[in-house]
Amino acid sequence: MSTLTVRKAAPAAGTTPGTAQGPPLRRRIALVPTATLLLGAVYTLMPVAWVVIASTKSGRELFSTFTFLPGTGFADNLKDLDAYRDGVYWTWMGNSALYAGLGALLSTAVSAFSGYALATYRFRGRETMFNVLLAGVLMPPVILAIPQYLLLAKAGLTDSYLSVLLPQILSPYGVYLARIYASAAVPADVVEAGRMDGAGEWRIFTRIALPMMIPGMVTVFLFQFVAIWNNFLLPYIMLSDDEKFPLTLGLYTLLEQGSNTPALYTLVITGAFLAVLPLIALFLVIQRFWSLDLLSGAVKS
Amino acid sequence: MSSSTSRRSYGVKGAPYGFLLPATVLFALFFALPIGYAVWLSFRKVRVSGLGLGSGARKEVWAGFGNYTEALQDSELLHGALRVLGYGCIVVPVMLGLALLFALMLDSEKVRLAPFTRLAIFLPYAVPGVVAALLWGFLYLPDVSPFSFALDKLGLPQPDLLDGGPLYLALANIAVWGGTGFNMIVIYTSLRSIPAEVYEAAKLDGATPLQIALRIKIPMVAPSLVLTFFFSIIATLQVFNEPTTLKPLTNSVDTAWSPLMKVYQDAFGRNDIYAAAAEATLIALVTLLLSFGFLRAANRRNKRDVSQGGVR
Repeated sequence: MSTLTVRKAAPAAGTTPGTAQGPPLRRRIALVPTATLLLGAVYTLMPVAWVVIASTKSGRELFSTFTFLPGTGFADNLKDLDAYRDGVYWTWMGNSALYAGLGALLSTAVSAFSGYALATYRFRGRETMFNVLLAGVLMPPVILAIPQYLLLAKAGLTDSYLSVLLPQILSPYGVYLARIYASAAVPADVVEAGRMDGAGEWRIFTRIALPMMIPGMVTVFLFQFVAIWNNFLLPYIMLSDDEKFPLTLGLYTLLEQGSNTPALYTLVITGAFLAVLPLIALFLVIQRFWSLDLLSGAVKS
Repeated sequence: MSSSTSRRSYGVKGAPYGFLLPATVLFALFFALPIGYAVWLSFRKVRVSGLGLGSGARKEVWAGFGNYTEALQDSELLHGALRVLGYGCIVVPVMLGLALLFALMLDSEKVRLAPFTRLAIFLPYAVPGVVAALLWGFLYLPDVSPFSFALDKLGLPQPDLLDGGPLYLALANIAVWGGTGFNMIVIYTSLRSIPAEVYEAAKLDGATPLQIALRIKIPMVAPSLVLTFFFSIIATLQVFNEPTTLKPLTNSVDTAWSPLMKVYQDAFGRNDIYAAAAEATLIALVTLLLSFGFLRAANRRNKRDVSQGGVR
């Protein structure tokens, strides 16, 4: 069928054979694609470059000097941020690391269990369970978070670490990815061979299947880590004690106060710069190991 | 095989339910129960007797569809929905158009700096929505913005990017900036899974890269375009973080700018959780209807394509 498509395209192409032998430079580097991609990179990197530069500006320089002209106040900004409310910023960063690290770990475990079960067993209710779990993706987070808040309030759990951690453990997308990955990476006959040898189901999972699923689970972990680190809405609804805030919520409250006291703007900007750093560093380090392909559900078996 | 299965049949039969237990419990507690509770609340209201003082003065009673009729007549909610519609009409085509363009460029031959540009365009995915809105929010402020600076130097008027029509563009730009990279990766991945032989014949026949892109590549990645379109629509309906973050920087984003902000405002600002629950249920229903309608349409199209292919 594919050759048919190609042949259909061919007659129109055959009328312009000259383009195939264009000037030599155009043949060695594809100028248009390279230039387009560079423009795209300039667009995406521009705000990041700005926050790096703006974090070096003092409050006065921020509103008076040219946007991309570095300032002289980076050390002062850091010192001010560190001094703000006895270093609450670092507490926020620690909280974000805790929510995202622990939450993503638990989430990956739950996804691995579920994905493995959905991929390797045939049992009554399998597709129903999978579809119901997936429907969770469609639920707008606010719509879940408000009744979650009201119910957790009845249990006396709001404004606690648990109130932010627990609702984020089950990730429908994580289960979906784990199922796809497990069905591609764990061959049915390997599981069957384990059973022949008399291994229990749990042992087969931990000793045979899980090691095969590791690369996919790294992706699920990182995906969930980024999702929790970037989450704003759930902590915004659940928390009122700023000692428990993650970075996103902390920076938002700083910005909100900044509309009355513009002196806080430099703190917001320096804080935003430091908040972006860990994730960018994480990305650069692990992009070799992170199979981005899996994000779109494509798996090579 | 059958003998081993029957010998261990109990263990094997129970195992999948055991593995799915944590997910099931979490789903029941943090998805099913809250949704059920919200639906229940949407049919309730508080009746205040007398002056509303004393312990028995406020009583929760059955409200029927009262909260729903109120929500449907609420002009604030309607305006929020229209604003999000306008916003979505900018975000979805621009974001997916750029994502497709970049993916095709990455996939083209002899392109330079592809690993660098791919990572750079994907980078905003790692930036929290709140921080992205905050960065762009500052870049929109006339005193800070390089755009205002350039316009000023040229002696041109500087539009207020955080008001009126430009506000939509300003908000849409934040979403486009944050979402293009992820969608680009999804499309690029499916482009790479097209076997090379598919292009060979076209190239031998002298097809230009543009013709190959339009006639072979785009039709072959149509399923992933459908997927990204679907998820972009869902994400657009749920816009909350970006307008909320811009609120401290401008007066023109009101507390009910998007429907979800209105729900939040009713639940925690006005303390009317019943009205909020009804609005939330309505939004969830619209989302579900759109999703199923869309998936059905996509399925039907797929089937038609397959059957046409068979005829050919």
